[in-house]
Amino acid sequence: MSMPFYVSPEQVMADKAEFASKGVARGKSSLVIECDIGLLMMAENLSTLSKIGEIYDRIGFAGVGKFSEFDQLRKIGVRYADIKGYAYSRDDVRGRGLVNAYSQVVGDAFSQQLKPLEVEIVVVEVGDSTLAGHENNAIYRIQYDGSISDHHGFCVIGGASEELSDFLRSRYQDGIPLGEAIELGKTALEQAAEGEPSVEVKNLEVCVLERERAGRKFVRLNSDRVGELLGA
Amino acid sequence: MQFGGKYQGSSFSELLEVDFSYLRLNWSDLVEGFDASVVPHGTTVMGFKYAEGVVIAGDRLATVGHRVASRDMEKVYPTDAYSLIAIAGAAGPAVEMARLMRIELEHYEKIEGEPLELEGKANKLSQMVRQNMPAAMQGLGVVPLFAGYDRRRKVGRLWGYDMTGGRYEETDYEATGSGGLYAAESLKKSHTLDATRTEALRMAVQALVDASDEDRATGGPDVVRGIYPNIDFCNQNGIERAPESEIEAVFRAIIAEQSDRRRGTS
Repeated sequence: MSMPFYVSPEQVMADKAEFASKGVARGKSSLVIECDIGLLMMAENLSTLSKIGEIYDRIGFAGVGKFSEFDQLRKIGVRYADIKGYAYSRDDVRGRGLVNAYSQVVGDAFSQQLKPLEVEIVVVEVGDSTLAGHENNAIYRIQYDGSISDHHGFCVIGGASEELSDFLRSRYQDGIPLGEAIELGKTALEQAAEGEPSVEVKNLEVCVLERERAGRKFVRLNSDRVGELLGA
Repeated sequence: MQFGGKYQGSSFSELLEVDFSYLRLNWSDLVEGFDASVVPHGTTVMGFKYAEGVVIAGDRLATVGHRVASRDMEKVYPTDAYSLIAIAGAAGPAVEMARLMRIELEHYEKIEGEPLELEGKANKLSQMVRQNMPAAMQGLGVVPLFAGYDRRRKVGRLWGYDMTGGRYEETDYEATGSGGLYAAESLKKSHTLDATRTEALRMAVQALVDASDEDRATGGPDVVRGIYPNIDFCNQNGIERAPESEIEAVFRAIIAEQSDRRRGTS
């Protein structure tokens, strides 16, 4: 009978973290920028499978890493939000509750499963000026180990997220108009594409949570619209 | 609240059934001999096609027996940007069905990344009506109308249902509820498929006036309280609810013409 080798818990965790972070860094970045009309979500996406999705009236989702894994998280989020809105009210569906639940499942997978999730996700919630206490935007980032951080102004996940964050930090301004925000996001995504041709508009996945829109505030912009906004 | 369950599909009502059955009413728990006449009922709704798409309209009255339960009930609900449901029958289950239908369509769209076809939506509603059968047998029937603008075929489409979930696509018009027969009779005389928005609005108001004239459970326009029927247009631009001021003007013109005719001044 063979004896299993002893591996220290520190080593196990370090190995898992290295494995997961490599998986996340391999893909392209996705980013979120707060703009004048709400929240902009952007990703360079060469496929027709979406990296960005609608969760609820004011809540959006973006994921990077392994598609099947973050898309599964997106669907769980949609189910959670729709059930909560059905059982209580639409205004009871909040980003923070969802993020805590995400943190739980991603963290559990990291500590209990042999293979952690190779994902990083961002959950954004646009404020509603007509609801006292719900006026502010929120941006939450959840990493492969379940750790949560909240951000203001902008947030980058996946790929070269550190470099892109530094880039955005130096350029971002509060209340930036949507068109300029898309331009800024596009320039940021191009920073990551070393030596490659610039990011084409048709390869941009762009979604906006519009603060003033009634009901479902999530809007997916097609290439024509993105082109128009960039030209303006 | 549970996060992540067994269900992996894209239907909200199945999700409720599988993972959240405690949020569903089990109709078999209803007692035998339950008196359905004690709950509010909604009365007259109708739908018809016009040149740009489809019109759905409903009166605002809910009744418990001979008593008014509500004078300003909503019976016409958008289920998404291009479809609508109108409900008649037991108000509680009917309003719940409209709400569930809206969530169902939105849920499918979010999970799958694209909306159901209009026919798929109509079929889904058929299943919901069928699921309500046990309640219908106890007097809590719901008979909806479903209409929308089919963006692939570029036409307005309309469906009527029966209590068993039978689904019938209509070519011209359909009305249901206690005053539905009278509304349909009125539309039979006035309806044309190429009607403009103005003509369509008049047809709708006239049909509701006729229904409320014959059926005591149907509420006509209430000028004293300022309560008017819900009349929604659905076409390639989405859904538009007719403003109350516009409905009031049409209503006043109709009754002025009727009284002039009786007095022989026109």
